[in-house]
Amino acid sequence: MEHTNLKYIRGKKLPHMFCQGCGCGEILNALLFAIDELKLDTKKMVAIGGVGCSSRIPAYLDMYAIHGIHGRNLAYATGVKLAKPELKVVVLTGDGDCGAIGGNHLIHAARRNLDVTVIMDNNGSYAMTGGQLAPTTASGAYTTTTPRGNNERPFDLCKLVETAGGTYVARWTTAQPVALIGAIKQGLSHKGFAFIEVVSQCPTIFGRYVLGTSDPVKNIEYLKDNSITKEQADKMQSEQLVGKIVIGKFVDKQLPTLEDTYLEMEQKIVRA
Amino acid sequence: MLGNYAIVEGAIAAGCRFFAGYPITPANEISERMAQRLPEVGGRFIQMEDELGSIYAVCGASLAGKKAMTATASAGYNYMQEGIEYAVAAEIPIVIVDVMRQRGENFPTQSDVMQARYGAAGDHEMIVLTPSSVPELFELTFEAFNFAERFRNPVIVLSEATISLMREAIRIPGSEELRVVNRKKPIVPPAEFMPFRGEDDLVPRMSEFGDDYKVLYTHNPHDEWGRIAWTPKLYEDLYNRITQKIASKADEIALYDTLFTEDAEILMIAYGSEARGCIEAVKMARAEGIKAGLLKLKNIWPVPKKAMMVAARQSKKILVPEMNTGRYVHVVKEIVGSSGEVISLPKNQGRIHSPDELLQEIRRVV
Repeated sequence: MEHTNLKYIRGKKLPHMFCQGCGCGEILNALLFAIDELKLDTKKMVAIGGVGCSSRIPAYLDMYAIHGIHGRNLAYATGVKLAKPELKVVVLTGDGDCGAIGGNHLIHAARRNLDVTVIMDNNGSYAMTGGQLAPTTASGAYTTTTPRGNNERPFDLCKLVETAGGTYVARWTTAQPVALIGAIKQGLSHKGFAFIEVVSQCPTIFGRYVLGTSDPVKNIEYLKDNSITKEQADKMQSEQLVGKIVIGKFVDKQLPTLEDTYLEMEQKIVRA
Repeated sequence: MLGNYAIVEGAIAAGCRFFAGYPITPANEISERMAQRLPEVGGRFIQMEDELGSIYAVCGASLAGKKAMTATASAGYNYMQEGIEYAVAAEIPIVIVDVMRQRGENFPTQSDVMQARYGAAGDHEMIVLTPSSVPELFELTFEAFNFAERFRNPVIVLSEATISLMREAIRIPGSEELRVVNRKKPIVPPAEFMPFRGEDDLVPRMSEFGDDYKVLYTHNPHDEWGRIAWTPKLYEDLYNRITQKIASKADEIALYDTLFTEDAEILMIAYGSEARGCIEAVKMARAEGIKAGLLKLKNIWPVPKKAMMVAARQSKKILVPEMNTGRYVHVVKEIVGSSGEVISLPKNQGRIHSPDELLQEIRRVV
């Protein structure tokens, strides 16, 4: 029997290119479950990725897709949505792709409340290029470009998007697949800029070099053991939160989308 | 009309309905006018967070079926090379206006002539148009969209501070006088559609987001179905097609004017603002009995080789005035260097050669 989600895979062709035990496969599957449960019309969807492991997910989806340039996914998305606001756009990106090189586009797409769903895979490093420092890498962590440990602080991208004006912001890990599917469903149903950070395992890089194990199960257990809910985190001191992953929904509100503001402006022109 | 406004009107006449830009002098009037004009014709304007944002928003809008454009000036055009590379590889029709300026200043120049051709990474051909007047800004921006749609490639309108900020009389033709080219749409059902298979003209048909064709766009090597495929021969074939669809049509693309080239012993080859002084200089030389002529190039890439070779066939001296350190002259040498002596006339002071200066050069080489 065919897997229920295989029909959403381009050409029904598997396997994918991700390493064994990679979180990208789980994110792909969670997205497909969300699409299936919401019964979305994939002909009216566009998936957009930049460069990096997670940005390759769009290439596997049986829908219009842009496998784009590093960090530029939300710039493409802005053009697509203003050209055809009726399309549902899902951006698949990584912590380096949208937190570093694409950071400016992330800030401004959130500020504009562009009606797109961003799923950001945070694996704590530049994995496709071999494990360099990412803006999300934990302080002290050894990477190929921090051979004496990371002397910088990690970036909380959910807080960034919240501050910039995102109207749906949530973080889960691949160790909570049901909650993750629920969040993606909420993000896809949300009208406005939805940002879902998925802290995921990278057994090949992060696991091997930072956790000391490339066993996928142990990597996922690490995510599970270090996840704490937003409610728990609110009662903790900042030093107790070091190394913890705060999960939950942080923002969910309605504001006019960029597309709405154009329509409003254009209606006035027609009247004039 | 202001040169930069003529660009806007040429674009709208060609069907441009999306513009994304980022402020930069001397291109600002293009954005400002687009912000005013596009909503009046059912189009959309957005000011992006940077030039990278602009070029990719334009790519996204084009993939969603809109004719789309951005405009910038040299320093901003540097950034856009990244997106131009993508648009070449994914075969996205877009138009980019580069109003050339000197480093960091609003100072006229023609120094981007090589960047316009070679700036982007990867194997590519580029169509680069070089207007010399406000009416030509209209005409060539219009043609830029037609070329972009016909060849599915980025097309560059290489304007200059000199031309863009100038006001000249212009007649805007009615729509019945204009021949608008639109991209070819698929004619087979989705299951049979090969989105990257070139037809006889090597250009594939193009669907748009929201229809049933579900194409994957990538700058990775891809087969005719659009599937990412790292096969050496496939890669070679792909980029042969992407470059040959333009290179093989260089003579069809060629846009130029000639003045007394039939018997010109001294030929001037010029583009953009530098062509303006040449017209007067050639007329003055003729009045003195000197057999001078002008080949005025309205596109410099792909190189209009045939036009150059025909114009230069009886020329003993070929003068190439440019407002830079002498860049395009090397291309001219390569094409017609065996017909006559090619002489570079650079003037890199933010000012074009005056007709008198050019006449003196003509007299000197007689």
